[in-house]
Amino acid sequence: MTKVIVDGIPIEVPNNASVLQACEAAGKEIPRFCYHDKLSVAGNCRMCMVEITGSRKPLVSSCSQPVMEGMQVTTDSETIRAARRSTMELLLINHPLDCPICDQGGECDLQDQAVGYGRDCSRFTDEKRAVVDKYMGPLVRTVMTRCIQCTRCIRFTNEIAGTAELGGIYRGTSLEITPFIEQGIKSELSGNLIDVCPVGALTSKPTAFHFRSWELKNTDSIDVTDAVGTNILLQVRGNEVMRILPRKNDDVNEEWLADKGRFSLDGLKRRRLDRPWIKKNGKLVEASWTETLQHVADKLKTVSSDRMGAIAGDLCDAESMLALKHLMNALGSSNVDCRQDNAYYDISQRGHYVFNTSIAGIDDADALLVIGSFPRQEAPVLNSRIRKRWLSLTEQFPIGYIGELPDDPTYKVDQLGETPELIAELIAGKHPFSEILKNAKRPMIILGHGAITRPDAKIIFEQTMALAKTVGAVTEEWNGFNILHHSAARVAGLDLGFVPQGQAKDIKAMVNGGVDVLWMLGADEVNLSALPAETFVIYQGHHGEKAASRADVILPGAAYTEKSGTYVNTEGRVQRSFAAICPPGEAKEEWAAIYAVAQLLAVDLPYHNIDSLRAYMAEINPVFAQLRLVQNVVDVNLGDNAQGNFEKQVLRAVISDYFLTNSISRASLTMNECSKLRYAVSAEAAE
Amino acid sequence: MSEKSMNKQPAEFAFDQESEQQIEKILAKYPAARKASAVIPLLYIVQNQMKRVTKSAWVPKVAMVVVAKRLEIAPVRVFEIATFYTMFNLEPIGQYHLQVCSTTPCWLRGSEDIVAACKKVTGIKEFGQTSEDGMFTLSEVECLGACANAPILQVDHDYYEDMTAESTIELIELLRKGEKPAHGPMIDRLNSAPVGKKITQNTGAEDVK
Repeated sequence: MTKVIVDGIPIEVPNNASVLQACEAAGKEIPRFCYHDKLSVAGNCRMCMVEITGSRKPLVSSCSQPVMEGMQVTTDSETIRAARRSTMELLLINHPLDCPICDQGGECDLQDQAVGYGRDCSRFTDEKRAVVDKYMGPLVRTVMTRCIQCTRCIRFTNEIAGTAELGGIYRGTSLEITPFIEQGIKSELSGNLIDVCPVGALTSKPTAFHFRSWELKNTDSIDVTDAVGTNILLQVRGNEVMRILPRKNDDVNEEWLADKGRFSLDGLKRRRLDRPWIKKNGKLVEASWTETLQHVADKLKTVSSDRMGAIAGDLCDAESMLALKHLMNALGSSNVDCRQDNAYYDISQRGHYVFNTSIAGIDDADALLVIGSFPRQEAPVLNSRIRKRWLSLTEQFPIGYIGELPDDPTYKVDQLGETPELIAELIAGKHPFSEILKNAKRPMIILGHGAITRPDAKIIFEQTMALAKTVGAVTEEWNGFNILHHSAARVAGLDLGFVPQGQAKDIKAMVNGGVDVLWMLGADEVNLSALPAETFVIYQGHHGEKAASRADVILPGAAYTEKSGTYVNTEGRVQRSFAAICPPGEAKEEWAAIYAVAQLLAVDLPYHNIDSLRAYMAEINPVFAQLRLVQNVVDVNLGDNAQGNFEKQVLRAVISDYFLTNSISRASLTMNECSKLRYAVSAEAAE
Repeated sequence: MSEKSMNKQPAEFAFDQESEQQIEKILAKYPAARKASAVIPLLYIVQNQMKRVTKSAWVPKVAMVVVAKRLEIAPVRVFEIATFYTMFNLEPIGQYHLQVCSTTPCWLRGSEDIVAACKKVTGIKEFGQTSEDGMFTLSEVECLGACANAPILQVDHDYYEDMTAESTIELIELLRKGEKPAHGPMIDRLNSAPVGKKITQNTGAEDVK
């Protein structure tokens, strides 16, 4: 630690801190444009000037100046103010005065700092420069004349996104920020460019001119479009979510949010199920809740307990899954399954189906093996964490990859092969990469759903565990065995035991005529082609897709923005969201509708409101009692080497279209446009 | 880069054998992990090859992608470099690139006459334009670092020094005929040695005329 005196306040900061960070630690606000605490230091805006006693230079840019023992810093003086005013004046030479029509207005760094350091008139009579707008795809709108060349966006694509698409061309007063090829930004994190841009040069294209920032009310929530559990802020006007922003949480998402989570929001208003429907004479007709619930209860009474089953989808909250499982169990059925993709999990221990290392733990890993997963699409924010680790080790972070690479992973990987036999080779030590894993102090293995949704999933899973044991990836101090999920509801489903036990029917048996009544809780990704016509389908969810059109009864549900729910991310971190708006029409929170059905069936569920439900949930599985923490037990006794043969098939990533993985994003026009652009371009290139 | 120039962009670019030999020598100068440093020499190789093949020394965008691939960097990094340095032409130019220095020493020694002569013979109206026959592009450049021989007219890579309006017209006429006169001083002197007879401390005052 280094002692620094900031405006007479003595303070201790880490040795590698900058003067700016020391000033912040002392509670002093330093104006800045180019400095961003998650990006490299550029030092080009010259706004963060401070005085350092004894320095040769009268003013020092604090962001790029490292602290020294006993340094005396002044953050406010007439000289500093004059310098900042001059900087501001220079930045404003070419900046247009279009704040009234600029989407950044009200939350613009330049606007805010102009209040403190701007002159009330301009001394410049020359013409302002104008810059041609650049095309950055359907998500990012550009007004390049507003750009102040802070280069945050360039550094973001270079460092965080890893796609290196933006650059600064020409020089001096002609400097322009541009992508090399104007075909849209290819990163799954491109929406963050809008957040890092301190001015209105990069704004959100889908919501351009839809709102002003001060009209919005904020609600904390959790992103459900992947299993990272990104902490988000739902910004609402009236009963409409206008914008989704990431919340800062260094343990999960730092400051980033994937594009699907940010821009799917228009899907929340389209194809919604807003009232109950009952199929009468082969046609769905509108019905009242009372009639619909009674209809469901009557139907459930007519079938025997082993002829009913429930499937939970990828966006479900833990509360509704618990209620549904509870109802099924109370009726005598154990036919419940939350694995729409037939994935294989060993649920005997929690450590066998979560991302044990934790996302923040990636920062400590020193070798990585990825099997059958493509984190860039399955968990873009987590992928940026892997890239961060790779960069922090000056690209000396060995990353092995088993499976077919669909795209650039944004870091250098050593592609060991495409088939799972390599796992056995690695265990036997026949492959050079097994030495790397063995020599690593904290090796990580990520097993993806591309591997555990195959017919030989069990063998791959057990062999991977054996590999983890062989290379010492799981010790008392370090757990390097990870399952990477991409569905927000999955870990909670597994924690609640929403899987068939013993002789109970799994999803395959259920959709192949194993049950007469099938309750589908937001299960939109199930293949229903083998489902017999006489099976009675209850669809409960928020979007009208294939499953809903097949349904005999539709119970309209609330989307994640409309209910307070509990979600468990891939690390096993239990997080809770709050309702930002009301569900549309007559839609109801799922657990409440299930509870109502239970009452009609005279099933006594031991809770009557959301709080007692959550208390009950914590009783069933204590992990639900601890919010926001990762609480994985390190298990050193991994399963023994399984016998069996691998399939010859190549390991493929499980997501083929990043933008259209759930019912909300499929309903979103923005996501459909992104998908069309991304995959049409690559299809053309393939020809 | 203007809309018009985008239409002139070729569909593809590949290094020819001569360029490949040059690249091999250039890359040998850098450690393998630092080969990105070779971006400027490689862009020059592109420009020279374009001159050899198409008679117009410029760097098309496809070539930047080829350079980026060779150096394992993002294409936009090459684009940044190519646009930063004015010596890389981003649009097709004439067969000969006339670069007149107009910085103070050359200007004092009459660079305005050279500019006027260039414009007169080639028919070019403004800096940056190419003559109608496609033979010449006229550019204004900053100090070429040969002030002792001011004024300078640089044709492609060669310095023609101690220029006058007459020698400029003569030079351009010869270039148009396909001849390439020897570069260097256009008057009677050796490199930047004194004009006329050699003067050293040992030569007597009577030798000076």
